[in-house]
Amino acid sequence: MVKIAVIGAGVVGALIAREACKYEAEVHLFERRSDVGWGITKANSAIIHAGFHDTPGSVRARFCQPGNQAFPALCEELDVPLAHCGGYVLAFTPQQKAELEKLRYHGECNHVEGLVVHSPDEIHAREPNVSPDVRWGLWSPTVAITEPWALSIAATENAVENGLILHISEEVTGLRVDRARVVEVETGRGAYAVDIVINAAGLFADRISAMAGVDFPELFPRRGEYILLDRRLRGFVNSVLFPAPTRKSKGILVLPTIDGGILLGPNAQDLKHDAKGRVDTTSSGLREVEKGARKLVPSLSFAQRVKTFAGLRPETVQRDFVVGTTHVQGFLQAAAMRSPGLTASASLAPWLIGELATAYTLERKASFQGRRKAIPKPSELDEDRLHDLIQRDPRYGHVVCYCNEVTEGEIIEAIRRGARSIDGVKFRTRAGFGRCQGGSCSARILQLLARELGADTRDVPQNEPAAWIVSGKARDDG
Amino acid sequence: MMDKKIDCLVLGGGAGGLAAAAEAARHGANVVLLDREPAPGGVLDQCIHHGFGVHRYREELTGPEFAHRLVTELERSGAEFLGKRFASLVDVKRRRVSTLGPSGYIHFQPSRVILATGARERPFGALGVPGFRPSGILTAGVAQRMVNVDGLLPGRRTIILGSGDIGLIMARRLHLEGVEVVAVLEQRAIAGGLTRNVVQCLDDFEIPLLLQHTVSCVHGTSRLEGVTVGEVDRQGVLIPGTEQYMAADTLVLSVGLIPDNELVSGLVPTDKATGGLRVNSQMKTEIDWLYAAGNNVIIYDLADWVARAGETAGQFAAQAALGESPPPDSVPLETGANIVHMVPTALADTNAACLLLRVSEPIANGSLQIEGLKPRPVARARPSEMIEVELSEEEISELCKRERILVEIVSHD
Amino acid sequence: MTEKRMICLSCPVGCQLTVTVENGEVLRVDGNACPRGDVYGRQEAIEPMRTLPTSVRVTAGTRDLVSVKTDRPIPLDLIPAAMDLIREISVEAPVRIHDVVLDDLLGTGAKLVATRDVPAACG
Repeated sequence: MVKIAVIGAGVVGALIAREACKYEAEVHLFERRSDVGWGITKANSAIIHAGFHDTPGSVRARFCQPGNQAFPALCEELDVPLAHCGGYVLAFTPQQKAELEKLRYHGECNHVEGLVVHSPDEIHAREPNVSPDVRWGLWSPTVAITEPWALSIAATENAVENGLILHISEEVTGLRVDRARVVEVETGRGAYAVDIVINAAGLFADRISAMAGVDFPELFPRRGEYILLDRRLRGFVNSVLFPAPTRKSKGILVLPTIDGGILLGPNAQDLKHDAKGRVDTTSSGLREVEKGARKLVPSLSFAQRVKTFAGLRPETVQRDFVVGTTHVQGFLQAAAMRSPGLTASASLAPWLIGELATAYTLERKASFQGRRKAIPKPSELDEDRLHDLIQRDPRYGHVVCYCNEVTEGEIIEAIRRGARSIDGVKFRTRAGFGRCQGGSCSARILQLLARELGADTRDVPQNEPAAWIVSGKARDDG
Repeated sequence: MMDKKIDCLVLGGGAGGLAAAAEAARHGANVVLLDREPAPGGVLDQCIHHGFGVHRYREELTGPEFAHRLVTELERSGAEFLGKRFASLVDVKRRRVSTLGPSGYIHFQPSRVILATGARERPFGALGVPGFRPSGILTAGVAQRMVNVDGLLPGRRTIILGSGDIGLIMARRLHLEGVEVVAVLEQRAIAGGLTRNVVQCLDDFEIPLLLQHTVSCVHGTSRLEGVTVGEVDRQGVLIPGTEQYMAADTLVLSVGLIPDNELVSGLVPTDKATGGLRVNSQMKTEIDWLYAAGNNVIIYDLADWVARAGETAGQFAAQAALGESPPPDSVPLETGANIVHMVPTALADTNAACLLLRVSEPIANGSLQIEGLKPRPVARARPSEMIEVELSEEEISELCKRERILVEIVSHD
Repeated sequence: MTEKRMICLSCPVGCQLTVTVENGEVLRVDGNACPRGDVYGRQEAIEPMRTLPTSVRVTAGTRDLVSVKTDRPIPLDLIPAAMDLIREISVEAPVRIHDVVLDDLLGTGAKLVATRDVPAACG
């Protein structure tokens, strides 16, 4: 049986691994972090882009619009939230208007539907809080928002159901290439004979590529800082608001999040090549985000700030994806997935695996079951369904995270599905994501994790094992 | 499943809710008290220190003992308690409250509701402090729960940001449990908590209090390693060049309590100054069938006063539910010079009322001027300590003839 | 001869006291507005006393700790030794509020009492 190793369980790697599980093959997914989706996937704008930002003919353009079109079916299969909120690119000057026209033209080349330029009245009818100084807005109805880590988690769960072998906390340290063919993956835990290696290693794709002896364009992290505002502001903006783009990036945005908050950001600061852990925010960066956001929505108040964070994107000088086969047989790239990487992943995965299936004459797996159900959310169920659920398990009636109404039943199920840390529970249930940021629930979730895992609370971390929470017991067990 | 019709539904089983439910039941109302936790007591359970009961029971008690007294009163009153039950929706139009618990949904149709949902702590994320987001940063209430309820230590070497009472109390607690408390940082020029706590929590153990200091950056990628501390000016702006690095593996935050009224957000008018629900002297909100008492109205210093507010709410909610007397009209109370905030925000024509307010700056000598009444002297007033103003039946009667009542403090300093 | 400055905690006024001490004896107390301040100053200058609220390990209970307090103030200086002692002891559930956990804490005559109930764990 053909052996496929995917490196990196972010959204790109997880979707590729799942796609591979649709075929008769032995599929492995390696992830160096202690959970899936903890790299680029968990700190970005969560936008499913329409495809008008991408230069026609680029690799991005090839995958963005088809990815956008593939997202609804994918999210439906995997039970991941998706909201078609639409998007505006806002112009304040005639030069910016010229940018809009360029975007519209690109969009049309890229088969993006529904693009139309709106007047200020039309913009304010839909978005009353947009600056009164706005003069034109390119409206794109196919822009959407989702929950990227949920996609990574869901795809991995479904892939495991379909035979994926998941290697968590296992970093790939080497690749053995024999006569221009990749033959082995080496990790801290051993060596695995493989036929195919797919490099979806995010910020570390260049490192993996070097292990295979394949050149990679210089990859450097581009940091983007974000400010998240309270869900109480739901409706303050309804769609994704973009400024006119610069050569560097799509700009500082104001957009809704899938659970009703308002997200501001990101700025774009290019860091040194090896600064791959620099997810810290800066005072100048946060000020830049505030300033940029206020240009679009002047009445924003930061009194409702819930959280600030930063994410890194993998950028190269080419500003495009690095995907497909290489001169090393069996070694494929799914890398440099800078914006619109999330959107593109939905079309890249089937394309990449489809090419592989042809090249290696892989047979489709008859037993593949692509539908995956999310953890039931009592806060979203109708009363009869909830009654049945509670009959089976009363813990689904015991609310633990008050801000997001997350129950003990959901938390236990998240642990059953792989959560091993506070953040593992958080990303699977949204417990701790709300305005109190875990103030009410984290102490109790810690106890639940310890109990379910049969672990000491000293060994239950916030996320990575080094992020301990409890230093000791107040009273020795004696 | 049928809706449950009751006289009074009390949401929140802390000091306010316990007292409200007991009082309403004593008045003859059919009362149900709900709490999200399995047992009543709210945050009192984890407040194992003294400072409770001096006014209500004329005894200095710890939090759990104070809770025990209130729970005993509740049990004697005949009110029903339902634990592990979460109020998820208040339907103002249909006067219906939906609640979720391990036995499923229960929908109530209460004649009156008393919201005693308390306050939440301002989290680190809301401060926008730059840096990483390592583990080891937690609010004082969470640290308190970990140590006092779960017996877990949150770290080995801690800095405390904010000198409000909860921060001071935790400074002592952590020190006594063998955690090194490096310093308490306070942004303002004066300590936030009661003087007694500064003395007995910091001075007693030589824990430094750094006034006009704050945390400007956080370090450590997995677990906290240290913080950058800087001086701030009177406007709270960091003074460049004053930064110093302090090693610590834990940062405990006591940076503000926020009234928690999520359940009725947008439905019931709130007061800008307190951040809590606007209530009259009967603890009735501007929605006739909703009453409120406790930290979700204004952040109190003393649980004794929270309990008293709860009793007021319980009494009047029960009377209204039982149709004993129509709710009286209320005259708006407005605050003027030197007052940060005050509760209630309106005066009802009843036979007793108590105003609680905080001054914006320390006032050694001044007078409290309630429009329409003789001025009352005010001495040694501090922003961290609420001032109590009792009004007599005659005074209330006089004041209620007005269209509005302005309350301010004139400083003679 | 030394002068100790302190804030009187007897009432919310908080008079600033100056206590003059020589050879372990209080010579005078200044700054108090009432006699309570004099009493406070004299005690605090020589031997500050504090109540100690803390917790004790519980065995076989529905929770691992019971909150406790000293039933009267003990010398502040003895608190570290008291904590060392308290860390070592445990009490078996059921515990009722005001049960005596320790009879005479370090010879001070103060009792350490429970401030809550902790029922026995079932099964």
